[in-house]
Amino acid sequence: MLVPMSEATNFFSKAQRTAEVAARFAELHPALEKTAAVTEALRCLYCFDAPCMGACPTHIDVPKFIKKIASGNLEGSARTILEANILGASCARACPVSVLCEGACVMHRYNKQPIEIGRLQRFAMDALHASGDPLPFTPGNDTGKQVALIGGGPASLACAAELRRRGVRAEIFDTRPLPGGLNTYGIAEYKLPLAESLREIDMLAQLGVEFHFDTMVDAAKLAELEANYDAVFLGVGLGAIHRLGIAGEDLEGVTNALDFIAGYKSGKVHEVPARVAVIGAGNTAIDAANAAVRLGASEVYMVYRRGPERMSAFAFEYEHAKQEGVKFLWHAEPVGFVGKRKVHGLELARLEGSADSSLVENQGENFMLDADLVVLAIGQATHTDSLLGEKVQLDMGRIVIDRATGQTSNAKYFAGGDCTNGGREVVDAVADGKRAGVGIVAWLEGQHGNA
Amino acid sequence: MATLETTFAGIKCLNPFWLASAPPTNCGEQIMRAFDAGWGGAVWKTIGAQVTNVSSRYSSVDWNGQRMMGFNNIELISDRPPEVNLREMSEVKRRYPKHVVIASLMVESKREVWHEMVQRAEDAGADGLELNFGCPHGMSERGMGSAVGQVPEYCEQITGWVKEKARTPVIVKLTPNIADIRIPARAAKRGGADALSAINTINSITGIDLETLEPRPNVDGKSSHGGYCGPAVKPIALSMVQQVMSDPLAALPMSGIGGVATWQDAAEFMLLGAGTVQVCTAAMHYGYRIVEDMGDGLLAWMRRKGYERVDEFRGLSLPKMREWKHLNLNFRVVAEIHAEKCIGCQLCYTACWDGAHQCIHMDRMEGGMEQAVTGTDPRYVQHEANPQGKPTPAMVFAASMKTIVTTPIAKLDLDGEGLNSAVTPLQRIPRVDVDECVGCNLCSLVCPVPECITMERVETGLRPETWAERAESVKA
Repeated sequence: MLVPMSEATNFFSKAQRTAEVAARFAELHPALEKTAAVTEALRCLYCFDAPCMGACPTHIDVPKFIKKIASGNLEGSARTILEANILGASCARACPVSVLCEGACVMHRYNKQPIEIGRLQRFAMDALHASGDPLPFTPGNDTGKQVALIGGGPASLACAAELRRRGVRAEIFDTRPLPGGLNTYGIAEYKLPLAESLREIDMLAQLGVEFHFDTMVDAAKLAELEANYDAVFLGVGLGAIHRLGIAGEDLEGVTNALDFIAGYKSGKVHEVPARVAVIGAGNTAIDAANAAVRLGASEVYMVYRRGPERMSAFAFEYEHAKQEGVKFLWHAEPVGFVGKRKVHGLELARLEGSADSSLVENQGENFMLDADLVVLAIGQATHTDSLLGEKVQLDMGRIVIDRATGQTSNAKYFAGGDCTNGGREVVDAVADGKRAGVGIVAWLEGQHGNA
Repeated sequence: MATLETTFAGIKCLNPFWLASAPPTNCGEQIMRAFDAGWGGAVWKTIGAQVTNVSSRYSSVDWNGQRMMGFNNIELISDRPPEVNLREMSEVKRRYPKHVVIASLMVESKREVWHEMVQRAEDAGADGLELNFGCPHGMSERGMGSAVGQVPEYCEQITGWVKEKARTPVIVKLTPNIADIRIPARAAKRGGADALSAINTINSITGIDLETLEPRPNVDGKSSHGGYCGPAVKPIALSMVQQVMSDPLAALPMSGIGGVATWQDAAEFMLLGAGTVQVCTAAMHYGYRIVEDMGDGLLAWMRRKGYERVDEFRGLSLPKMREWKHLNLNFRVVAEIHAEKCIGCQLCYTACWDGAHQCIHMDRMEGGMEQAVTGTDPRYVQHEANPQGKPTPAMVFAASMKTIVTTPIAKLDLDGEGLNSAVTPLQRIPRVDVDECVGCNLCSLVCPVPECITMERVETGLRPETWAERAESVKA
């Protein structure tokens, strides 16, 4: 399905959020009330060359947008955010701010109370959305150039916005029925509701970004795109979640975190059984475990081969999961699923660390964990498939790019986001996409100049 | 034991804190509650021929989230009949004989009218009289208030008329809406005034409603300039009090007014010669209860400084105020940034570059600390701007915008250390080029951290010399 440029889209209205899901996934960080926002904005010291701005992968001029909240210039505040980060609303909610802007705030060394930058950013963006105004940008004069963007996630969206602002046609191809990639389907609903992701993308459509949904780009399609477009942007993300490769993995009730999270966010999953096990200890595993609690499970275990000191989730996510009531089984490894048609439990082996920090199985101590739903969250596969490998240079499955321009080893191909960095945050993908958008236009201009 | 009891122009006071003639002293009921709260005195809302007030009357200036940094009013003198005010005054004095009640008066500029009003106020039991020669709005259009205070001859003449009749001390309240406040102060002294009070409110427009374009306070779509007061005017008031108190032809016992809200404010007015202070805006903002800490805090400070009575420190800062030409040109300070306290906000850096003398740099990582100090004084050894060719703030900012950063993944990117926000990175700590620092104080004023930037004395090796002395020696 192609959404033409002229037709106003309304992805937002396609979000199917039931009142029950809304209630179960109440916002972790609620919106700031107006006077609270102004009070918080006034606390900002207005640092020069601010560390928060430096810590943000998209370099949002944080003091500038915050002072505009204080002065009552909300329109200018949102524009300041969007100039740097076209998905400013999503990032305001989804960013792990404690390790980014808020983590860098000088207030840590002043009164120990960093400015609530994330919530202030959301305040400014919510105000823009409430006003009904479009993005404060217009498409550039048509250059006659066109770029195909593969994958509809944050990297492609940010790249597409930069292209449109510079008069380049931007067409996004995505396998899913709605845009946004993991921004829409993969972020815990209590952080970023699916509808909010779509609302923001509606504004990009107003800028003339075009979308082709339910479109799988295979070798033939890629060849067609390469032939018909002036450049190709790869924002394909990572692959499927790894499998354990143990007995019973195909039993009903064994799923993976991405499908599970996308399922409840898009209204396909409404409830879970009483006993749930999540395998893995990353941020996605925590999102899945917390979701299981909120979807009605009475006992949710996270199972991890190593100890808490080695879990890859942010410390604040670990704390959050504990508060949600998630339990943890450390140093345990699944060796088999139990069940005939449906899964009923996991057989686990105890692991011990060895001197060289590799893990060894503690023989004879296997034990059972009852679970009627098992969610795998042990990392996503990288792209080792020949499709991309033939076109661009890969390094351990990641597309190699020039960080400043997003250009790959194949001059016509640019890339950004998880497929280049191995899986980071939305804001990292936006930063990549933004640089690539600028990089593509510079390259196209160079091509034109040479011709 | 330290005490706040004092005597002002012969009037015994339980403490030096008076409520100024204003809405908080509108009636006897209010004043008695104020005395219960701890106020030592009250200057009754100005009594005179009955007026009608407008609605609305007040407006204010908020600043950075704080309400009423500045406040203005277009209210006139008391709109109650004089006989009601005076009857209540008798009752207050009967019930609170030790508390000071001053009658503020304003009547038409006729000798016999003033005589009559003085008689009535004193008969009611007033401990003193304050002549309102300062009200800048409304009353001045009728030839009273600041219309008197702005003309020294009227000021002297009316003070004289009052003194012909008065048995109690006469305080003349001065308007700041004049080029040199010493001129009406001298006139009042010539007229026989026993004391002065300063300042009255300052002509002002506090702001304009940007939707309706109507200035505030709004009276049916129109406004009129009102009298400005509150914390914003304190520096102006301190300056005017000092000018009067340093002038032998003007100095009299002084009741200091203008933005007094705390014990520190009171102490500052007293150090410049005030014997009592008068408060209005702070009491309108927070109520009479503020006087408790004014007394408590002032006494604690007096004990710390070894003062038993307020008279012991009154005026002690006056000799420390000089005309500019008598300041020592050979005294020099330079800024010192205490790196261990610096939080890395770089406000000093941008302030110095844009608002001062471009002598703070972000170059600790680029050898800045190794730059030799030559000991030259930039006030005499003038350099081209930015002689070391340091990056400008715009260049520093642009370099930051070009950096490529990614979200740190704990354990992977940070070696398990986590984001260390407890320590300021060295590259964010500014450095002062002392050879370029003129010692202006700006960096230490903008720095949010107490004691992080201090101004350190540099020995110039020169004997003290003022501009006046230098001009003399050049002439000779």
